[in-house]
Amino acid sequence: MSIINFTPISALTGGLIIGFSVFLFFILNGRMVGVSGIASNFLISKNNRIDNLLFLVGLIFGPLIYSYFTSQKIEISITNSLFLLIGGGLLVGFGTRISGGCTSGHGISGISRFSLRSMIATITFMIVGVLTVLMKNIL
Amino acid sequence: MNKLVSLFCGIIFGIGLVISQMINPAKVLGFLNLFGEWDPSLAFVMIGALIVSSPLFHLFKNKEKPIFSSSFSISNKKEIDKKLIIGSILFGAGWGLAGLCPGPAISSIALLNMSSIIFVIAMFFGFYIAKLT
Repeated sequence: MSIINFTPISALTGGLIIGFSVFLFFILNGRMVGVSGIASNFLISKNNRIDNLLFLVGLIFGPLIYSYFTSQKIEISITNSLFLLIGGGLLVGFGTRISGGCTSGHGISGISRFSLRSMIATITFMIVGVLTVLMKNIL
Repeated sequence: MNKLVSLFCGIIFGIGLVISQMINPAKVLGFLNLFGEWDPSLAFVMIGALIVSSPLFHLFKNKEKPIFSSSFSISNKKEIDKKLIIGSILFGAGWGLAGLCPGPAISSIALLNMSSIIFVIAMFFGFYIAKLT
């Protein structure tokens, strides 16, 4: 193992901002942020549908607002393999709904509440994520 | 007011994803590449988020009600069951395949990247299939 591309300051700063969003959603609206839950409830449930949609719209507007005010172009690097994108998307969508949360719902909101369930979920998906990348590198 | 809060929290969350660079799947895959060239940044994002949200949650969790709603609606599930583990395994596999989880995937639609959009459509199919089962 060697460490590369480590950006601790921006990671920590971005994390603090994400944590603040989670706190505001909790104290103002009484809900914990979990993006998979918000997105799937928007799709399948009438409860809070507009609220959920607006959160998702906000998620999309965040980067645009950031770019506008900082004049920074946001660059991402992502696979263009249809197999990885469609397979990955289906697994992420299905898996997060079966387990009841994703990186935000279990990883941040759940662990914030000291939920054992969320800690176990987070450890599990992180280990499997690491093993999946290891397999991809070997194959 | 609830609706404005939802929009605002989404925006703040999205800005956090950009600043932390978690919107970039390459950074996420760098974190998951623990046995290769490792990028620990994602761990710092989680630590950053938790040191804000966790103490504040515990400070206010006994409040009678949230500021703009009539009651808190927070999961009280405790069971560690098969669904939790199997779902987390499937999610971890998908996360490792594409480097995207739901938050960054949806946020990255802003960049009009075709790959992100394909992933998000597949993810919504996944939500729907889970609903059917």
